[in-house]
Amino acid sequence: MTSIAKTLRPLARAAASSSRPLRPAFSRTAPQIRCLSSTLPRRDVDISDIPPTPITHLSDTEALMAESVSKFAQDVILPKAREMDEAESMDPTVVEQLFEQGLMGVEIPEEYGGSGMNFTSAIIAIEELARVDPSVSVMADVHNTLCNTAILKWGTEKLKKEWLPKLATNTVGSFCLSEPVSGSDAFALATKATRTGNGYKINGGKMWITNSMEANFFIVFANLDPSKKYKGITAFIVEKGTPGFSIAKKEKKLGIRASSTCVINFDDVEIPKENLLGDEFEGYKYAIGLLNEGRIGIAAQMTGLALGAFENAAGYAWNDRKQFGQLIGEFQGMQHQMAQAWTEIQAARALVFNAARKKEAGEDFVMDAAMAKLYASQVAGKVSGQAVEWMGGMGFVREGLAEKYFRDSKIGAIYEGTSNIQLTTIARHLQKTYTK
Amino acid sequence: MSGLRILVPVKRVIDYAVKPRVNRAQTAVETANVKHSMNPFDELSIEEAVRLRERKVPVEEIVAFSAGPPKAQDILRTAMAMGADRGIHVQIDEKEGKGELEPLGVAKLLKRVVEKEKSNLVILGKQSIDDDAGQTGQMLAALLNWSQATQASKVQVEGDSVIVTREVDGGVETLKAKLPMIITTDLRLNEPRYASLPNIMKAKKKPLDKKTLKDFEGDFSARLKTVKVTEPPPRKGGIKVEDVDGMISKLKELGAL
Ligand SMILES: Cc1cc2nc3c(=O)[nH]c(=O)nc-3n(C[C@H](O)[C@H](O)[C@H](O)COP(=O)(O)OP(=O)(O)OC[C@H]3O[C@@H](n4cnc5c(N)ncnc54)[C@H](O)[C@@H]3O)c2cc1C
Repeated sequence: MTSIAKTLRPLARAAASSSRPLRPAFSRTAPQIRCLSSTLPRRDVDISDIPPTPITHLSDTEALMAESVSKFAQDVILPKAREMDEAESMDPTVVEQLFEQGLMGVEIPEEYGGSGMNFTSAIIAIEELARVDPSVSVMADVHNTLCNTAILKWGTEKLKKEWLPKLATNTVGSFCLSEPVSGSDAFALATKATRTGNGYKINGGKMWITNSMEANFFIVFANLDPSKKYKGITAFIVEKGTPGFSIAKKEKKLGIRASSTCVINFDDVEIPKENLLGDEFEGYKYAIGLLNEGRIGIAAQMTGLALGAFENAAGYAWNDRKQFGQLIGEFQGMQHQMAQAWTEIQAARALVFNAARKKEAGEDFVMDAAMAKLYASQVAGKVSGQAVEWMGGMGFVREGLAEKYFRDSKIGAIYEGTSNIQLTTIARHLQKTYTK
Repeated sequence: MSGLRILVPVKRVIDYAVKPRVNRAQTAVETANVKHSMNPFDELSIEEAVRLRERKVPVEEIVAFSAGPPKAQDILRTAMAMGADRGIHVQIDEKEGKGELEPLGVAKLLKRVVEKEKSNLVILGKQSIDDDAGQTGQMLAALLNWSQATQASKVQVEGDSVIVTREVDGGVETLKAKLPMIITTDLRLNEPRYASLPNIMKAKKKPLDKKTLKDFEGDFSARLKTVKVTEPPPRKGGIKVEDVDGMISKLKELGAL
């Protein structure tokens, strides 16, 4: 009979190698009360009457979704993670499957073909994907939290009807703000837009643009009136293939190597006036708003990465590797490091989920998002680095994923605002509060 | 034939990837704070029902059913997110292994549900991975006096006949029977889908009937008493033999040859 049991347990799931529990930190035993996530996104809500719940509490729908995404990531993405990193490219079938699962339209309403879920669901999905592959995670992150959100918030009805169904089902989006001359100082961007008879013409270049190989839809920030300085910045929608649009170079990177990052040129790129996103001269406000939210996504990418790195190493230390006649996870010196790391991961997650819930509840979350991203990327860097050490030589070789998590973690301290920029944001809030 | 009314019973069990542990009193397996999910064979059953509909077999309705603790509703939601039209939950208070239904109890309960729902096809897992009893489908077939095809690896519906292929030792066996019937599913039948996000949202709006055993006529009480539950003995380390002769003599020594 044992043979039957053996064939059953691992079952049809090819990659049943993992015995890790799903979302270990999120107990689902909390009482079934109305929680914040059941509120509609982007509405002013009064939450003063809602009994407080643990930050880690998920609604039933969120929990079911977390489980489904986790299973999908484990079975479908994990077997490809190493290969895609080595090839420095995203497997097109993975992109297709992200669309199929509804992971590219998390917050897009059902009437536009999206999943119609809340912001926190997007955060959960980004975290679950990063646990398995941070490159796949950032694709979904940029697409959902920056591109989709931009259209949902500021797109005209015409733009929404045209783009949301595509963004939900088959068209990847990119967000083009940074340039060779403007990184942290994003609003110093030099790309220019001029009005034409029936639209606009864009000239200039962008750098570091995530998803640009896979994307067909680009949100481009350009200055429509440089005399206004940053207040001239305006947002446009540009399709790949528009004459004058070209990808000049694909970067080779330290980490998240399966995620494409490119230099893009705009050479007299003409677009119709319908491709203006929102209003002229409002672009800088949109960019700030989007990045404030987007940061929570990057923070979730980093906590997911930290969880993935931890679980990978913990599985090894507590099941596989013996030295001095015992499992290495039995040594107190190892255990204390692991306990410390786990505590830091959960502290970071608390910041991430709190920022997400505050955003959903309509509260000011800017400082929370900055703290979440700052700390989550620090924890991800530290834990993934330690995880390599915990695994010894096996952590250092490119056979497993330990070294990949470590390399992937570095980006968290750079994009969507470097750690210094997060600190500046936090300090600015503090100074405002404490200046008498 | 007007169309298939498919009933798919699903069970909430300890997740297949979790190593079960026996409780200290040796009366049952620890279930507190252990990850649970849908019995994997039941995922195959739901998937097959949904695929029948996708293959344009006339399917009137797919009903997912579960008897179990309040948390069993989670797996009914999963079943609905995979494509079942609605769910029925019979809430059972399982405390310390007491009050749990046995296969015969479940089969009797299912008979009542089949009668009420006018089901003409019941697709069950061939077993659930917690108790490994593998009895419910067959008992239900007997109680209803319906045809049954167990351990299906392929299901085809043609009019009011169902053709089921099953893998047997050294080949495949093909059975044909008329509806109504019972099918139990085996591993190679299909590959269950992942519930997509839009379908998870749709499942929220699908009806879920909540009932208790009192709503059904019959005696569903347990007839068996669990005497003792123990872990399997730890595996002893193996040895390496030099060659085939070495292996044969070792096997002889162990009395296996
Ligand atoms: C893989 C990858 C993907 C990216 N994807 C995108 C994308 O999709 N879209 C997009 O628009 N951009 C993207 N970026 C760009 C990213 O947002 C920028 O790299 C980031 O904002 C930092 O800018 P920079 O690289 O020019 O660094 P710099 O701004 O030159 O910073 C260099 C150093 O100086 C420090 N520094 C700068 N200013 C200050 C200050 N005021 N106080 C203290 N320290 C300071 C920084 O913290 C940093 O340590 C991506 C970048 C990478 C690497």
